[in-house]
Amino acid sequence: MAEIVARTGSRMTSATGPLYLLLFPVAIVCFLLALVTDIVYSATAFLMWLHFSEWLIAAGLLFGALAAVVLLIEFFARAVIRAGAFGWAHLVLFYAALLVELCNAFVHTIDGWTAVVPTGMTLSVIGTILAIGAVATVFLVPLVWVEHRPVRP
Amino acid sequence: MKRRVAVALVFGLALAGCDNTQDIDKATQYGPNPNLPEPSRALLPRMNVAKVIGWNSGETPSVPQGFRIEAVATGLSSPRNVYPLPNGDLLVIESKKDAKEPIERPKRPVMGWIEAKAHGESAGPSNRILLLRDSNGDGKPESQTVLIDHLDSPFGVVLIGNNLYVADTDAILRFPFTVGETKVGPAAKVCDLPAGPINHHWTKSLTASPDGSKLYVGVGSNSNAMERGVDAEMNRAAIWEVDPATGAFQVFASGLRNPNGLTFYPGSGTLWTVVNERDELGPNLVPDYMTSVKRGAFYGWPYSYWGQHVDARVQPQKPELVKSAIMPDYGLSSHVAPLGLVFYTGTSFPAQFRGGAFIGEHGSWNRPEPNGYKVVFIRFENGRPVGAPMDFVTDFLKDGKARGRPVGVAVDKTGALIVADDVGNTVWRVTPAAGT
Repeated sequence: MAEIVARTGSRMTSATGPLYLLLFPVAIVCFLLALVTDIVYSATAFLMWLHFSEWLIAAGLLFGALAAVVLLIEFFARAVIRAGAFGWAHLVLFYAALLVELCNAFVHTIDGWTAVVPTGMTLSVIGTILAIGAVATVFLVPLVWVEHRPVRP
Repeated sequence: MKRRVAVALVFGLALAGCDNTQDIDKATQYGPNPNLPEPSRALLPRMNVAKVIGWNSGETPSVPQGFRIEAVATGLSSPRNVYPLPNGDLLVIESKKDAKEPIERPKRPVMGWIEAKAHGESAGPSNRILLLRDSNGDGKPESQTVLIDHLDSPFGVVLIGNNLYVADTDAILRFPFTVGETKVGPAAKVCDLPAGPINHHWTKSLTASPDGSKLYVGVGSNSNAMERGVDAEMNRAAIWEVDPATGAFQVFASGLRNPNGLTFYPGSGTLWTVVNERDELGPNLVPDYMTSVKRGAFYGWPYSYWGQHVDARVQPQKPELVKSAIMPDYGLSSHVAPLGLVFYTGTSFPAQFRGGAFIGEHGSWNRPEPNGYKVVFIRFENGRPVGAPMDFVTDFLKDGKARGRPVGVAVDKTGALIVADDVGNTVWRVTPAAGT
């Protein structure tokens, strides 16, 4: 297959891969911003920032859950992703980030200060580190091009 | 392998929040010195909202041997309070919260959806006051008239002379009214009460001083633990003293999260209330309570509970104010949701009941094992509560489902105990079995 593509110069794109790259960053940005709003809340004790964190984590989980399903489809459908260590690393990091942020969403339902200090903020930090790890690995996963674009002669 | 370790780590973290279960006997939370375990918050709040199934025809709650219970009126629309008049007429306050609270966080719609289960269906019009006339006092009213219609979530009612005062959720209203009639005169507003766009605790309990010179109104908090900010709690979580002539008010006592059942102890100038304490600190925290109310006193909410036990959720804290917080008189155990209180002033019940307190416990949602869902009796000696609460009207909850939920309680002219059952859409009457 690879040889055929290389020889004919045609390229094939994955349908679900680009969709993943649409959903995944939204989740990541939400989680990153939730850490920022957590920090602001811990500095100000102004409840609006706690609510911002709650909505950001909820939105992150919504987009993250959709992304997680798409990623799973990619894994099932395409051996090339399963074959690479980066694919696995990315999947584990992203799923771990989602699990941590799910716990974080529950912790953030506490009515006030202890929703963030110390547990919520700790989970936001862990979730963000895992999310950054997922971002670092996503570029190494062959999500968009089913095969490499052939080099022009 | 690495993947399994990561997943296990995350689940371990998730479960770590669920360790502390506050495993204590709820009976240790009765009385003046309740057992207060450490606050505990599971990752997922522990809730158990009893589904409302209502009463089948002929079904009643249970009462102790020597008493009998009958429905005074059925098919009502969320009757929350009852107020017997001196001539034997009975006012039934049908009331519902109509307005929706704002959705300022994702938790709200989820909780609203879960809690909606606990409030039954009642198709008819509500937010009105019915007058039930039972001329021969047999507990079976001959007539039922709508005394006042189109109220705004009314709850407290008190008669002073020829004026009937009604506490809507947003105002105290005065209606000219002569006992024996079935009509009221035009309404006049005495004063506004905090309601507004949130209006979380909306029932406004009302009573009058024994000499009728002052009104006392309970104004519950706008939140569980001030998570809507301090501005939303202006003059809330307090009992107000209101001049019925001018509408001028002052805060009589504060730090009372949701005070209801306001009533003076018979023959005294001491105001009593039952208070719904805060949620989400665990299934056995914080105990709801009954207390006499001291003028100017601060009872802790939101900064502390049961005296000086600080609630870490509230920031910034107020250590100076917490130092001034006083302890309530009598713990009822946690999350029973007391909404009605009456002292037994009749003579038809046995002597031990006289001067004691009946409390309508609406029932819990914030703990795995339901608590409350009954009317309890607490004996009084020398104007102070003694001993443990005795279950008096029970079996509102059956097999984990709510047939009814008791709210307001009262004692009628014959000495019978009257109980408003809002989700059961019934008013109950308890009399000695020997007959009245």
